[in-house]
Amino acid sequence: MTKLHIETTINGEPVEFLCDAHETLLSALRNGLGLTGTKEGCATGDCGACSVLLDNRLVPACLVLAPEAHGRAVTTIEGLSRGDALHPLQRKFLEHAALQCGVCTPGFIVAAKALLDANPNPSEEETRYWLAGNLCRCTGYDKIIRAVLDTAAEMKGSPA
Amino acid sequence: MNAIRYETPRSVAEAVRLMAADSGARVLAGGTDLLVQFRAGVRQPSAFVDVKRIPELMSITIDGEGLRLGAAVPAALVFEHAELRRLWPGLAEAVALIGSTQIQGRGSVGGNLCNASPAADTTCALIANRAQCVIAGPHGERTVPVDTFCVGPGRTVLEPGELLVAVHLPRPAARTADAYLRLIPRSEMDIAVAGAGVSVTLDAAGACTAARVAIGAVAPTALRVPEAEQALVGSPLDEASLQRAAAAAAAAARPIDDKRGTAVYRRTVAGVLTRRAAAIAAQRARPGNGHD
Repeated sequence: MTKLHIETTINGEPVEFLCDAHETLLSALRNGLGLTGTKEGCATGDCGACSVLLDNRLVPACLVLAPEAHGRAVTTIEGLSRGDALHPLQRKFLEHAALQCGVCTPGFIVAAKALLDANPNPSEEETRYWLAGNLCRCTGYDKIIRAVLDTAAEMKGSPA
Repeated sequence: MNAIRYETPRSVAEAVRLMAADSGARVLAGGTDLLVQFRAGVRQPSAFVDVKRIPELMSITIDGEGLRLGAAVPAALVFEHAELRRLWPGLAEAVALIGSTQIQGRGSVGGNLCNASPAADTTCALIANRAQCVIAGPHGERTVPVDTFCVGPGRTVLEPGELLVAVHLPRPAARTADAYLRLIPRSEMDIAVAGAGVSVTLDAAGACTAARVAIGAVAPTALRVPEAEQALVGSPLDEASLQRAAAAAAAAARPIDDKRGTAVYRRTVAGVLTRRAAAIAAQRARPGNGHD
């Protein structure tokens, strides 16, 4: 079986990989490229654990074929920190203890980044609707929402 | 098993050639239905024909004729389009109801239509807006009214080798507006128990001169309801005429019992949503509300 040769950009870096036509972007990231920060939850687009940005658009990586990334730019959770400096969302998730088992956390943070990129000052209601496609079975969500709103408040006026 | 292929046609003609040459090929737009069905083993395509690199399928054009919405444009781009939202608020609200933010970054109106779920939210809104489906195939292009596009759950009029290129909505006449409502038991992330899309046109005195009514999730396909339209046309869209339209929609519904609701409940809700959607569309169409 011939593999497809894909040239893409991941977290700002040019990346090449081989994949099958029906392989998902999620599988290529985790199994091919070792970027295991992006998690597999339901694998049917219902849980948000595999959220990544494709050309800056929030998508479920389980419902993107890996070859679709050819010539596109992918951002994963690994692309948010700057060296050892955590992204403000990552810092606020820790401060607010907005995670327990942590499996949903990368998806929530990537989805929240997409929210703050589009709307730097979201209301609580907007935040809850935006994140409705990210499921958490541990926290009860409230701390997650507080962490995102607190990040927005901190980032206001200071470009990240 | 032969290897599944992944194809990226750059033109409609190239996509048609790929589809016509291989009866097992499936069009890949957002993948939010197809890839789930593939993973579940429900569909085993021989090729994914990714149409998202074809400009015609990925563009939104609004001019004097109306809206030309490329079949693969993701939902998020549809409701982020300010002029589209202004002219077709009901279509925009139907699009915005589908799935999560993540799904809206992928799923398209054309895909929603071609998946042919009886509960597809956008199909009712398209019917209410007199949409025409532009279909390309080996024998050229043809156009089909959206209310005849779906023929049953998961089944459409698309013939082998054909694909949906775009939907075309005529530009609304003066004092014309649409609305879409659905009922789900949760506040987000669910599939309609019932839905209703309505478009009305008013004259200068506020009487209804034209109407389209469609109901969803209450029959094997979304249904246009001419009897409900007749109840609205000629009326001042007062409570009595809205109630008659509701009764007509409930009577036209042919729902089933399933986990999302009983047939009796769905029939009632289809009527209620028709009345409420008609009232919202009427309010939007009145002078001074942006649809003069």
